[in-house]
Amino acid sequence: MSTVITANGLSKRYKASLALDNASFRIESGRIVGLIGPNGAGKTTALKAILGLTDFQGELDVLGLDPRKQRGRLMEQVCFIADVAVLPRWIRVREAVDFVANIHPRFNRAKCEAFLARTKLQPNQRVRQMSKGMIVQLHLALVMAIDARLLVLDEPTLGLDILYRKQFYQSLLEDYFDEDKTIIVTTHQVEEVEHILTDLMFIRDGKIVLDADMEAIGERFIEVMVGADHAAAARALKPLDERQVFGKSIFLFDGADRAMLEALGEIRRPSVSDLFVATMKGTYA
Amino acid sequence: MKTFYWLVKREFWEHRGGFLWTPVIVGGIFLLLNLMGIAVGEAFGAHHGMTMSGNNMHLFNQAMTDGDTDKIGFGLDMMMFSTSIIISIVLGFVLFFYCLGALYDDRKDRSLLFWKSLPISDTATVLSKVFSAAVLAPVIAVICGVLTGLLMLLMYVITLSFHGVSAWRLLTLAHPFQVIADLVGSIPLYVLWALPTLGWLLLCSAWARSKPFLWAVALPVGVGVVIGWFNLLGSISVNNLWYWKNVCGRVLLSIFPGGWLGQNHMMQLSDGGVAHALDFLHVAHAYQVLGTPSIWIEAAVGAAMIAGAIWLRRWRDDN
Repeated sequence: MSTVITANGLSKRYKASLALDNASFRIESGRIVGLIGPNGAGKTTALKAILGLTDFQGELDVLGLDPRKQRGRLMEQVCFIADVAVLPRWIRVREAVDFVANIHPRFNRAKCEAFLARTKLQPNQRVRQMSKGMIVQLHLALVMAIDARLLVLDEPTLGLDILYRKQFYQSLLEDYFDEDKTIIVTTHQVEEVEHILTDLMFIRDGKIVLDADMEAIGERFIEVMVGADHAAAARALKPLDERQVFGKSIFLFDGADRAMLEALGEIRRPSVSDLFVATMKGTYA
Repeated sequence: MKTFYWLVKREFWEHRGGFLWTPVIVGGIFLLLNLMGIAVGEAFGAHHGMTMSGNNMHLFNQAMTDGDTDKIGFGLDMMMFSTSIIISIVLGFVLFFYCLGALYDDRKDRSLLFWKSLPISDTATVLSKVFSAAVLAPVIAVICGVLTGLLMLLMYVITLSFHGVSAWRLLTLAHPFQVIADLVGSIPLYVLWALPTLGWLLLCSAWARSKPFLWAVALPVGVGVVIGWFNLLGSISVNNLWYWKNVCGRVLLSIFPGGWLGQNHMMQLSDGGVAHALDFLHVAHAYQVLGTPSIWIEAAVGAAMIAGAIWLRRWRDDN
């Protein structure tokens, strides 16, 4: 397994705020990494640094290249869908395919046309005549036909309806992803990506506050549903978070002893969104 | 090279309206107006000596009344030039706004993020836009100008032939090949001449966070006004006229073709009389401007501003 991204002490200061604060992480190939954080936590800045779209302090190695200096070569191996609906509004489907096919050395035209054949998109249709979901379909068809090693997705499904969202991630998993490829995705719709992620990174105030693979997270974090009688005992174990459901308390523990928790009540694996809410408590306060 | 070709093609796709349809439509409308003018002239003008403004009827009348073959030839050549002159003026406006939007519009609608996701260097992107403005659009405009010019010429020659003048004789008096050579030959000169304006507009387009037009125009004009104000106060004496002509004019108006035909040429025109009337448009004559160092210096400044635009395109970080 090779390393795709190595970041060491990444910092980026905008005029008023620190968007990245000495962040360090590694991403291996063949992973699907969720970069999750509240608004303004530095997700987009981190992605921009990886894509060579912004300057920063610290060391960053993406596929053995420096994104600041070797951006042209890097983009042959890296694709990104940044935000929804950023395709130019004047372009036609046919023109977009022609252009990318002639510009990109790793583009497979037949593959792209096969993806497009599964949609309602017409060759002469302009982007301005499409719905948001159709624009994403076109963008995804272009990107999936590129044999890139790293795919960066920044809120790719924001504002799409559930059909498009499901289809988006399903296509990625079934027709695109393999062990040589790596996907980094940021999104607020955590529930929809959590079952496809292999790794999870939480970012808060420019710092990486959690960086682990999903298996490790399942072992480390445990949720226990506890009746009123055992609530005090559970609280004594210093839970990360506590909430009430149907008269019972649900406690979230980080690295607590599994056997001890089993004695208190029914244990289960916490969802990423519950974990996220617990970790980010007080962010906007 | 292949990438560059597709980048230019991309610009053409996006600006087909400005680059292709505008000169075609402008040329077509101008032809139509002249045709209407001829029709009116045929109906009334011949009897009442009426001339129409806004078309070539006065040249037509001149050629009709004057037996001087030089004048007829000059009149016919001017007819052929006239469509190109109109198209050039419109081209100037098209390119002015094209350059202002070239590095700004895709930042505004965020499609920049799509272009930047492809393995294209920012240098190639910006240079493809320079090429589109300085070469592609003028070449299309010249082709349209030549075709509509020839149609214009034929239209008048046929009309005149109804008045007992031999069409073949008229065509031998005109110099269509010379006119075509002058128009085509002016393209390289235009590239050099337009560089300061191209550079300045692209720089503003890459730099402005909003309203690139305002920055591009207000900055040089504002500086000129301030210089003029200090001159009035008498505190400094900068040659104000020099600034307006060589700085402000060059960064804003050089996008209009033909600006290199300066005062000297016009003087020669009035001295030389009709025999040499077209000389000032002749390509060899126009290239005399390359003998002055200023055009080279200004072109170098333009190139430097394009380099600045490339740098801004690479590192401009909008949120």
